[in-house]
Amino acid sequence: MEYAVLFLPLLGSIIGYFGKRLGNFFSELATCFFVCASGILSIIIFYNGVKTGNYGNYKIFEWVNSGSFVANWSIKIDPLSSIMLVVVTLVSSLVHIYSIGYMKHDPHKPRFMSYLSLFTFSMLALVVSDNFLQLFFGWEGVGLCSYLLIGFWYKRNSANNAAIKAFIVNRVGDFGLAVGIFLIFYHFGTINYDEVFQLVPQITNKEINFLSFEINLITAICLFLFIGAMGKSAQFLLHTWLPDAMEGPTPVSALIHAATMVTAGVFLIVRCSPIFEYSEIALNVITIVGGITAIFAASVALVQNDIKRIIAYSTCSQLGYMFFAAGVGAYHIAMFHLFTHAFFKALLFLGSGSVIHAFKDDQDIRNMGGVWRQLPYTWFLMLVGTLALTGFPFLSGFYSKDAIIEFAYSKHSLIGNFAAYIGIFTAFLTAIYSWRLMFKTFHGKYMNKNLSLKETHESPLVMLIPLAFLALGAIFSGYIFKDLFIGSENKNFWESSIFFLQEINYEHPPLWFLLFTPILVVSAIPISYYIFISNRKILDKFTENNKLLYNFLLNKWYIDQIYEFIFVIPIKKMGLFFWKKGDENTIDRFGPNGISKIVKLISNKAVQFQSGYIYDYAFVMLIGLSLLITFLILN
Amino acid sequence: MNFPILSSIIFLPLLGAIFIFLFKDDKENNKSAVYVSLFTSLANLILCLFLWSLFDRDFSGFQFVEEKNWISGLIKFKLGIDGISILFIILTALIAPICIISCINSVKERVKEFLIAILILETFMIGVFSSLDLVIFYLFFEAGLIPMFLIIGVWGGPRRVYSAFKFFLYTLLGSVLMLVAIITIYWLTGTTDLVEIYKIRIPKEYQHILWLAFFSSFAVKMPMWPVHTWLPDAHVEAPTAGSVILAAILLKMGGYGFLRFSIGMFPVASEYFVPLIYFLSVVAIIYTSLVALMQEDMKKLIAYSSVAHMGYVTLGIFTFTKQGLDGSIYQMISHGLISAALFLSVGVLYDRTHSRLINFYGGVVNYIPKYSLIFIIFALAALGLPGTTGFLGEFLILIGVFKKNYLIGLLATIGVVLAAAYMLWLSKRVIFGDVKNQEIKALKDINFLEGTILSVLVIFIIVFGFYPDPLLDTMNVSVNDLLDNYQKDLIHHLKAGK
Repeated sequence: MEYAVLFLPLLGSIIGYFGKRLGNFFSELATCFFVCASGILSIIIFYNGVKTGNYGNYKIFEWVNSGSFVANWSIKIDPLSSIMLVVVTLVSSLVHIYSIGYMKHDPHKPRFMSYLSLFTFSMLALVVSDNFLQLFFGWEGVGLCSYLLIGFWYKRNSANNAAIKAFIVNRVGDFGLAVGIFLIFYHFGTINYDEVFQLVPQITNKEINFLSFEINLITAICLFLFIGAMGKSAQFLLHTWLPDAMEGPTPVSALIHAATMVTAGVFLIVRCSPIFEYSEIALNVITIVGGITAIFAASVALVQNDIKRIIAYSTCSQLGYMFFAAGVGAYHIAMFHLFTHAFFKALLFLGSGSVIHAFKDDQDIRNMGGVWRQLPYTWFLMLVGTLALTGFPFLSGFYSKDAIIEFAYSKHSLIGNFAAYIGIFTAFLTAIYSWRLMFKTFHGKYMNKNLSLKETHESPLVMLIPLAFLALGAIFSGYIFKDLFIGSENKNFWESSIFFLQEINYEHPPLWFLLFTPILVVSAIPISYYIFISNRKILDKFTENNKLLYNFLLNKWYIDQIYEFIFVIPIKKMGLFFWKKGDENTIDRFGPNGISKIVKLISNKAVQFQSGYIYDYAFVMLIGLSLLITFLILN
Repeated sequence: MNFPILSSIIFLPLLGAIFIFLFKDDKENNKSAVYVSLFTSLANLILCLFLWSLFDRDFSGFQFVEEKNWISGLIKFKLGIDGISILFIILTALIAPICIISCINSVKERVKEFLIAILILETFMIGVFSSLDLVIFYLFFEAGLIPMFLIIGVWGGPRRVYSAFKFFLYTLLGSVLMLVAIITIYWLTGTTDLVEIYKIRIPKEYQHILWLAFFSSFAVKMPMWPVHTWLPDAHVEAPTAGSVILAAILLKMGGYGFLRFSIGMFPVASEYFVPLIYFLSVVAIIYTSLVALMQEDMKKLIAYSSVAHMGYVTLGIFTFTKQGLDGSIYQMISHGLISAALFLSVGVLYDRTHSRLINFYGGVVNYIPKYSLIFIIFALAALGLPGTTGFLGEFLILIGVFKKNYLIGLLATIGVVLAAAYMLWLSKRVIFGDVKNQEIKALKDINFLEGTILSVLVIFIIVFGFYPDPLLDTMNVSVNDLLDNYQKDLIHHLKAGK
């Protein structure tokens, strides 16, 4: 069964790709069937695990064996990976089905479905790995699929650029992950999770020497692994690819850039909790980066106009939550938020896809508005997603997000308070931008000039049904699973898959604190209604007066421009310099060309002696003779 | 083993070449020349696979040793292979028929002579990888220059003469020094038999200078920075098959030389010069990756990327760790497959449009989807995607490097990011994007022959990416031996020094 979960999507991908000769419909059916089957099986595995604690580690075959470096292809099922299995296959199944409707008119549908399945396979390979090398395989594999899917509409230049950007920024992250793995192998002699985790306590005090800096080994490993996580999970400084990745078809954004791939970084940190727990510094760095990302992305999301980009920044921001949750040691809550987030964020993305579908591929929310009667189902489903995202009481986001903030607060440390306050403030921003999106898209005046209101239409059932499933998840997943993940049963459930160095503190923060966030979030609804719908002049005036701030946010803190300036341009210049000045003007000039020039020069001189005149030869002979005699005398 | 299987493998292609030489020069014969050479090279491949099946993986030392007196008392014609050289022999035997098939589409003039050159080259290359005598090795090593020189000089592009001479000048300069070194070794030890020399051990005080002499030859072949500039020119001007052989096999002679000769004969010097090698390799990786990024010519880009990839190889070899050496050998085999595949792919486009300029293309995927798929697979393999052979080699090497030096490891890992940048940017500009040129619209997708050879390479690249065991297992014992001997030699010399 475990094998089937992993390999069915791969099989689907291959059959889907080569089955295009049998028609698009065949491809769709095959890929959907295999992924759904995998989804059902993973739910069974998850259920079995929870009920009976029946987990295992299966070796498929040996991959690499070089001296002491051994890595297997493997399937490790434990609580952590079984949750990921459910999230990945479930969302993937729904996205597959949704894509049948969304990509209906695309000529390359089999290719699309095949990539989606291939992605699912890579992601599963990532989560079920029992060693770092297979993790790396999955890690780069999902990066590849993300590259292929972002660039799916290959005729668009912007899509190609976004795809390359995604891959290369991810590669920068992968660089960190790889270095982390190298360090782990060097100092632990193995890359198998269990073996590494067992050894960690023994070498917590080891220092390594880098350029005569003494660095704690565990901290160094953690920081490098975290760079990997930052790349994949689009954390601040390595986040730039995620908004651009919205060039890909919307189902891709829902699956890869919301629910699954981008959470791989969080997964990595949680998986490696036995290492991270021993590095206070690394955890603090994670908290700070997570906090900055949360607030940065939320602030940028406030002013964006592209519906998908708003949601993308929102994803970025929510990932920030997960990271600072892990950073303050709440790995289980981070996973819980990952779990609930998968539902409501996929719902929002697919919902926005439905809106875009209705507006015939227009994504600008300034061209929307007032269509909630035209698109009642989409409107309702998006409403559910928004409520869940903002943490409206008793929906899924409420349980997970508030748990993070409370946990951070109850840490009673500087870094914990930092995280808690950022969490609260970001929750407020989240509510504002989410409602801005809702109001501008569905309410107010109809603003589209190219399309009449009547032409907008509700999406077909094949798209709405997956949305409905996700909506159920967005509403209930928090309530149903809270005991299991973070409540009374959590210790039994997680077993050894998450490691806590210190006993978790279950003390509850004061009541006013518990109520503070929900009140803030709910009160954001009328506020946003007021500024975005009923009295828009206030907003216009505000932006008019704070042009600088507005542009700063609109241009995403100018980070892309800064990167262009400090990385892209200098690298190109360096390449050109090395090529023209280095290779051609130095090495070639003084090397081969220089030598041949000198040879030519000398031989030209030598030629002059062979003039045919006796006195030339006599002269040379004379010189030679005198040299010889001098030599003999001196000896 | 009585049947001289190694000599047969070496001289079978030569026999085929002689046979073709006897043909008359006309169109009809050109076709049969292709068949004959294809048949010979395929037969040779089968013979090699047969050799592989006979090969004892647990045996340490050289197998299938053949020994004959050549110049009595002075030079022996001694052949033999171990787990390292057999892989290179198989690679050579695999690439040769692929080159011959690629000629069918791309070489239009003097087909017969071209095939002869390739077959003779095959003989020399296999000879290099199987000789156990320094003189024999030198002869094969240098003789390989001549057919390659002709391939570039006769069938090359417009600047072929300049490139051919540049190629010749560089390689000859290095090899002259190697010859002097070989003669010195003969004076020192009284033999040129490699196995004997291993036993006798060259005195410590001579090692450094001799190492440098061998290094000058291998570094050029590799090529290492800063003696790499012949490679881009040679590649650009060489015909497709020439580029393929050059990248896939000739470059590997340098790496093989380091393994077999530098480390084996001069352990003290090898240890001494590690910083030099590390420095040059890291510069090669970063410098040439950056240069590759800015290239306008596809072949030049791939050539520069080869230099970067070979930088990893030298790094790995001189870590003297199991992973580093395994990785280097694996990387060489992998690069042999991938660079061959990339040059063939460029050749496919060049045959159709006669342009290698990146700017000329764009939007190719709209008209030749099959080709584009294969090209993307190769590009991904070249940038080291896990699941292809390109990944494992680099990963193992870097693991080895990290054991030795963090800084070098970090710098070398940056190359992985740059590789992604130049390969993907290349793919984007050639395969995707807008159609810039009317000629693109008339492109025909790959035909059966091209499809066959490219798919063969795709299969190898992916299968060995997921299941490298056949290769790693073959070289396992030999690499362990190499390291053992190296350590023993070092200890011996250390003791002798005291």
